[in-house]
Amino acid sequence: MKNLIHLIVRFHFTILFLVFEIICLILIVNYNNYQKATFLNSNNTISGNIYRKVSSVTDYLSLAKTNEELSRENARLNNLMFDSFKEASDSSYLFKDSVYQQQYIYREAKIINNTVNKHLNYITLDKGSLHGIEPEMAVITPNGVVGVVKGVSKNYSSVISLLNSRLKVSAKLKKNTYYGSLSWDGKNYRRAKLFQIPFHVPVQIGDTVVTNSFSAIFPEGVMLGTVDEILPTAGSNFQEIMVLLSNDFKSLSYVYVVGDLFKKERLELEKGGEK
Amino acid sequence: MNDIPKNLIRFVILVFIQVAILNNIQLNGVLNPYIYILFILLLPFEIPNWLLLLLSFFLGVSVDVFTNTIGIHASACVFMAYLRPYVLNYLSARDGYEVGTSPGIASYGFSWFLKYSLVLIFAHHSFLFLIEVFSFSNFGDTFTRILLSTIFSLVLIITSQFLMFKK
Repeated sequence: MKNLIHLIVRFHFTILFLVFEIICLILIVNYNNYQKATFLNSNNTISGNIYRKVSSVTDYLSLAKTNEELSRENARLNNLMFDSFKEASDSSYLFKDSVYQQQYIYREAKIINNTVNKHLNYITLDKGSLHGIEPEMAVITPNGVVGVVKGVSKNYSSVISLLNSRLKVSAKLKKNTYYGSLSWDGKNYRRAKLFQIPFHVPVQIGDTVVTNSFSAIFPEGVMLGTVDEILPTAGSNFQEIMVLLSNDFKSLSYVYVVGDLFKKERLELEKGGEK
Repeated sequence: MNDIPKNLIRFVILVFIQVAILNNIQLNGVLNPYIYILFILLLPFEIPNWLLLLLSFFLGVSVDVFTNTIGIHASACVFMAYLRPYVLNYLSARDGYEVGTSPGIASYGFSWFLKYSLVLIFAHHSFLFLIEVFSFSNFGDTFTRILLSTIFSLVLIITSQFLMFKK
């Protein structure tokens, strides 16, 4: 016993070091999992507020570009709409129609923090549960997919970026609807990889890749990117395809958060089928 | 004991600079400088070992909270703090360190500080990037990131020393 205490006193530095590293490892495993990080992350109030302050300064730097994007988007919407609903910029509408039922509801939000240089990138938005945002909603821009909402607080939400190697998006080739899964390989922020397209499917450089309707998160047909390179793979029945992403993640500022009004019904049905 | 407020202010300022400015610097997609570890480098010599580890842990967690990576920076900081006494011991002058001084260019010269910070920054970055990727596949890529970021951080840290502590 005396020897043991002696040993602990002598090596207390190393023991303490190991204790701290074990705590860190537990934290890493518990809080860095897909959708587990609801606590102590950038949607909490303190860091969210600081990020908003910083963003309010840095926004000025990209004002010209943002204006251009907004006017382009406005022009597109004007072409689509029969009525002048566009004045309301900060709320969403539900339309009642006896022929068509509205399935997707769009809310605009601003990015207040964004990284592209980590292996696991996250985005913070300035809207949260008070504005109707819920986990697992899709985040897109007019150019294409941005990510999936991971966690929400009252006024902020954090988004798993498409540039996060843990996010896999169900994708298809627009021209022939063969589907695969798209994920980022952690190297170049402009390119992601499309897996599981069989060898017999003809793919050409420049083909469009869009989301398909298999996951209950993204609407069908949202742009992901275009085929950039077809990589040779040995000993596999599938091709690996490099996709040039349609969004430039370094210049994102405003996004749309898309909710699926029928998602609960669909998930309940699909869950029932597994029994 | 005016070391405590001095270090406290340094802690807050360095974390702020890190999350507000440096985390937005993304050269080439692989380069990301980390200056906040300067706090660990500049802690006084007499600091007890347990306090060194504890402070490093909190430093890492504070940065983690802003980057959504709970535990990753903290573990790298604790690792770096664990190595610090050994590195100091290895680099010590013949008659040891004077009481009341802290590690810095002003007290021990440029080449001493360069060696001291290079070893610790490299240790921190290696641990950080490896635990971030959590695998040894693509080791070449990870190693490039470690090397380039180490050089970048080192230059920033040494420059900051010259800017702030010039007499």
